[in-house]
Amino acid sequence: MAQMEKNPAGTELPTELVRFENVGLRYGIGPEILRDLDFAIPSHSFQFLTGPSGAGKTTLLKLILQRLRPTRGRVTLFGRSVNEITKDELAQLRQRVGIVFQDFRLLDHLTTYENVALPLVVQGREEASYRAEVIELLKWVGLGDRMHVPPVILSGGEKQRAAIARALIVQPRLLLADEPTGNVDPTLARRLLRLFVELNHTGTAVVLATHDLALMDLVDARRLVLAEGQLHIYD
Amino acid sequence: MTDAAPPPSAGLKARLLRLARGVPALEIFLSRSALTPILPARSITGRALMLVVVIMTFLAGLTAGAVHLIADASAEWSREIAREATIQIRPLTGRNVEADVAKVMALAKETRGIAGVRSYTREEGEKLLEPWLGAGLDLKELPVPRLVVLSLSGEGADWSGLKARLAEAVPTASLDDHRLWLERLRAMARMLVIVGVIILALVLVATGLAVTFATHGAMAGTAHIIEVLHLVGAEDRYIAREFQRHFLRLGLKGALIGGGLAVLFYALVSLSSARFGQAAGAEQVEALFGRFSLPGTGYLSVLAIALVVSALTAAVSRITVFRSLSMSGS
Repeated sequence: MAQMEKNPAGTELPTELVRFENVGLRYGIGPEILRDLDFAIPSHSFQFLTGPSGAGKTTLLKLILQRLRPTRGRVTLFGRSVNEITKDELAQLRQRVGIVFQDFRLLDHLTTYENVALPLVVQGREEASYRAEVIELLKWVGLGDRMHVPPVILSGGEKQRAAIARALIVQPRLLLADEPTGNVDPTLARRLLRLFVELNHTGTAVVLATHDLALMDLVDARRLVLAEGQLHIYD
Repeated sequence: MTDAAPPPSAGLKARLLRLARGVPALEIFLSRSALTPILPARSITGRALMLVVVIMTFLAGLTAGAVHLIADASAEWSREIAREATIQIRPLTGRNVEADVAKVMALAKETRGIAGVRSYTREEGEKLLEPWLGAGLDLKELPVPRLVVLSLSGEGADWSGLKARLAEAVPTASLDDHRLWLERLRAMARMLVIVGVIILALVLVATGLAVTFATHGAMAGTAHIIEVLHLVGAEDRYIAREFQRHFLRLGLKGALIGGGLAVLFYALVSLSSARFGQAAGAEQVEALFGRFSLPGTGYLSVLAIALVVSALTAAVSRITVFRSLSMSGS
């Protein structure tokens, strides 16, 4: 049974946001590409997820998000397993997770403002209730003057910041970032890292997948290292 | 749009949304219109589907109009035929036809439910044969029957009594109350209306199938958008509603164009039949369909079909998306 903590509203929330228990994953009848994964992501924590290219970092993030089902073992997100919940409940769990993709996944026919507001729009919020929040966040990530342009005319760094803003707008309890600094120069990468650390200080647990060792050396944080399908944890 | 003051239309939009509350299609149509739709409004699939909807609604509108015309014309025929009956007196050697006609007229006048009696002269009777035998023939040698036309008062004529008296007084007379004709006409009109309704149903089914294919196409073309929506926490019903909104707009636009074209077609036909009513062949058309002009209810049913087509488009796309998403997992 997961440990619980109280949120400001007084309801109980699990202190472990994610738990993997003896998890293995294989595609079809091939060998297991991830095996014996046994770990937890506590609330308010910060960790790097690292390993060589192809080690399975993105796959692990997909397992956390429950976009993939493990072939064995059990994965829980906010104390709930994908096997026990409906699709609608899964959607509601995902509304508490922010995710940043290496390839941004911004929608080109929407403006930057609309992309960032998207998670709130799908929750059914009226624009008047979030307009100020979105504008403030866009200014915070340095896109205050780019909010009305479509993503196609943003630079790589601007796109990444817009993608981060979209992940943060719901004030997630958990942020998953898949190589968020992979497409930006080292200076911007450090700025983005500071942004994630700052976010962690406000209470969001962060899982930052990267293979950039220099970047990891800048922050003293837990490291989850994937190698040959197994996870090694360095606290 | 975002940090500026709300546009002046915002108040109107809010009022419209309040009015539309409880009518899902209207709520969907009106809400979120200030922001860019989450599904791109323009796409090749969308344009092709809109053209299909335009054509289908036009065909459905034409069919509905034709059904109205036939139903109205059939009712008119029935009314006219039901107002009259005919007595035919066959000339027979040894009998005085003129005396028989006079007897028949006297008997008819005494019968309940008959308002007026008029006999056709021999010349008038021969004129009725002209369409079949041609003009300028001498028919004096032929035993052309004489006709007595009865106008009915509408209170229900005493046919059996009249038949009995005729059989006794003038055995060569036969009464035709047009019931057989009436039944045949009604059966034909009913058949035409049924055929029209079947065509309408087929057009609607074809439209539904076209929308299903277009929705699958649109889903394939927007798979990346659907994936992002799922990852930011969108429920299937939200995604389905977005598709429904997209296709409702598209269907409404296409259906109104198609329905409008059908209305225009009937308005033009009605105008031209009034203007060129004396042209060759127009008399036959008029004899069958009256003035060939659609009644007001006909135009209303064409517009109703346009609304049905757009609602069908939205509903089919929603169901297709729901089914597709629930089968795919996420």
